[in-house]
Amino acid sequence: MGIWIEENAKVLVQGITGKQGMFHADKMVEYGTNIVGGCTPGKGGQTVELQGKPYPVWNSMFEAIEATDADATVIYVPPPFAGEAIMEAADAFDQVKGEGVVVCITEGIPTLDMVKAVAFVENRPGVRLIGPNCPGIITPGDGGGAKIGIMPGHIHAKGRIGIVSKSGTLTYEAVAQTMSIGEGQSTCVGIGGDPVNGTGFIDCLAAFEADSQTEAIVMIGEIGGNAEQEAAAWAKENVTKPIVGFVAGATAPPGKRMGHAGAIISGGKGTAEEKFEAFEAAGIACAKDPSELGAVLLEALKKAGLRNE
Amino acid sequence: MNIHEYQGKALFKANGVKVLDGVHCTSVDEALSAYDSLNSKVVAVKSQIHAGGRGKGNLYCPNTGDLLMEGGVKIAFSRDDVETYATNILGHILVTKQTGEEGKIVNHLYVESGCDIAHEYYLALLVDREKKSVLIMASTEGGMDIEEVAEETPELLHKVNVDPNAGLMGYQIRDLGLALGLSGAAHKSFGKMLRSLYALFVKEDCAMVEINPLVRTGGDEMVALDAKVSFDENAEFRHKDWDEIRDLSEEEDVEIRAKETGLSYVKLDGNIGCLVNGAGLAMATMDVIKLYGGEPANFLDVGGGANEEQVKTAFSIILEDPNVKGILVNIFGGIMRCDIIARGVIAATEALDLNVPLVVRLAGTNVDEGKAILAASTLNIHPADDLAEGAQKIVQLIGGEI
Repeated sequence: MGIWIEENAKVLVQGITGKQGMFHADKMVEYGTNIVGGCTPGKGGQTVELQGKPYPVWNSMFEAIEATDADATVIYVPPPFAGEAIMEAADAFDQVKGEGVVVCITEGIPTLDMVKAVAFVENRPGVRLIGPNCPGIITPGDGGGAKIGIMPGHIHAKGRIGIVSKSGTLTYEAVAQTMSIGEGQSTCVGIGGDPVNGTGFIDCLAAFEADSQTEAIVMIGEIGGNAEQEAAAWAKENVTKPIVGFVAGATAPPGKRMGHAGAIISGGKGTAEEKFEAFEAAGIACAKDPSELGAVLLEALKKAGLRNE
Repeated sequence: MNIHEYQGKALFKANGVKVLDGVHCTSVDEALSAYDSLNSKVVAVKSQIHAGGRGKGNLYCPNTGDLLMEGGVKIAFSRDDVETYATNILGHILVTKQTGEEGKIVNHLYVESGCDIAHEYYLALLVDREKKSVLIMASTEGGMDIEEVAEETPELLHKVNVDPNAGLMGYQIRDLGLALGLSGAAHKSFGKMLRSLYALFVKEDCAMVEINPLVRTGGDEMVALDAKVSFDENAEFRHKDWDEIRDLSEEEDVEIRAKETGLSYVKLDGNIGCLVNGAGLAMATMDVIKLYGGEPANFLDVGGGANEEQVKTAFSIILEDPNVKGILVNIFGGIMRCDIIARGVIAATEALDLNVPLVVRLAGTNVDEGKAILAASTLNIHPADDLAEGAQKIVQLIGGEI
């Protein structure tokens, strides 16, 4: 199972003929992702070679989805065109099959483009947007699985821990921490570090709670906004599975953007301290150091009767 | 990206948002001729820096540190007043509660006509991350600290979210005007202004527009007495004109250079330099250094696909800070391979003649090759297996206590 993306999900790549798109499409095929082709306007009819095999390219997402019955798409389109690429994918999934998952990796999309794109996607309830500015989503399988994004596939293994995070490399750190205590992952979702994005923490928590494979959750937040606080309050009422958490940016000064567009403390709001407090108030076990996430998770699993030793 | 008040007002004027007549000046002489040309009995002499709280700030001499004048925004009743105020402001340091103790040098002045104020309001447009739309906030409590208003009298802060599909609707403008107690000509003037302002916000890719105060004049006209405008940096590719209005003296030189090489760098006050891939991990690295008793000297994200050259630039930027007593490199290789990073680290330390302790933590793709490369080098590089170990090592190496 895992959430939103099954191990054998059929995946398209938008921007597949570009440098980034082709590089990552190749890595995804190598991992075992069921890539069914890609879309680059003006290059329809061509093929791209991934891991020694040809994959078809379409001019539009409508054509691509009609031809392949894809379940998901991943976007590696440059920032000026990424907002529209999201909307094209959402429109096509909605019209052709009424559902689909759109994963946008692109970093640096103008915020107002995202405001428009997110509203567009929200008008199509069968379509889910993950990102932008995120590592993507991965559901490890038994030998392979569905890796939709830029994360290093080989660090993952199939298991029962769901991971949701705003950050890329910090997600990998969390994955390594679960592995260090002998636990694999059901699905890992990077929701991205932009101020306006698609899928949020609460969507992920709700899906993990409903997923039979997931037995515990790791939630990684960062400074800026109050999505973590809202998610913690929601989890307190709605999540029965153990959650462990970490928030990055306790040492970040106010008013400075820390890499991610969304990682900025404005008007004294959105600090790591507030977020840790909200986590603790919701019964989420917190690590103050990401290298301790494994130990904190192990403790939480024991407490919940999910581990013995 | 922030711009000055005088630039914001020029933008307002060009887009149909009413402002008072004013002149941008960079010298006392220009300020005097501005006074002569404005033909207004009373003028405001306003320091231009990218920070709020100017009115309640203080001006200091950069050489002696002496207090020259209280208040960075002054009302002048005569030509002599203008001369005194401009002299006290230009080239001097303005310290406000937003600038920090070191303050900012004032290179620009704005001399603006006076105006007959009947009431002061607050108006702001920004992107609401929770509701994922543009939020308009307005209050009758203009001229005040709006965070205080939100805290103490939230009922006086009126909010409207704009549906991105529908745009700003007439009823939303009317309702907001009524909530501010406006009627007749003032209500009409407010509607026209807000419509123009929203169009400007979208067209110019603003991150925030704040007018505090927005005033109703004796003649029932709504006029922007202040203009705090910032742009969304991600949209820079479609606003070539931003280069012309960007005031580089307001930004940290080293942060600009880092950005040009694809690095994201923010200088901090500590003494342990950090070089990390990924913004979240970079923040976490700073946090863990602090957790083990050290103080990070910077935030530095080399990004997802850094090459040897970028690693070298990153090292040289970190070492420009004289406070740096040691460096912690923390890389979780995904796309980026640890062996490439290891070679980059060695090349950089050799080229830059590094003489502060260096701890390197590598994990992820090709980690064994990376570690082997570091171990084979004759350089004094301390390896670490995880972030906690790395942080503890560097804190100890610079003589701190865990």
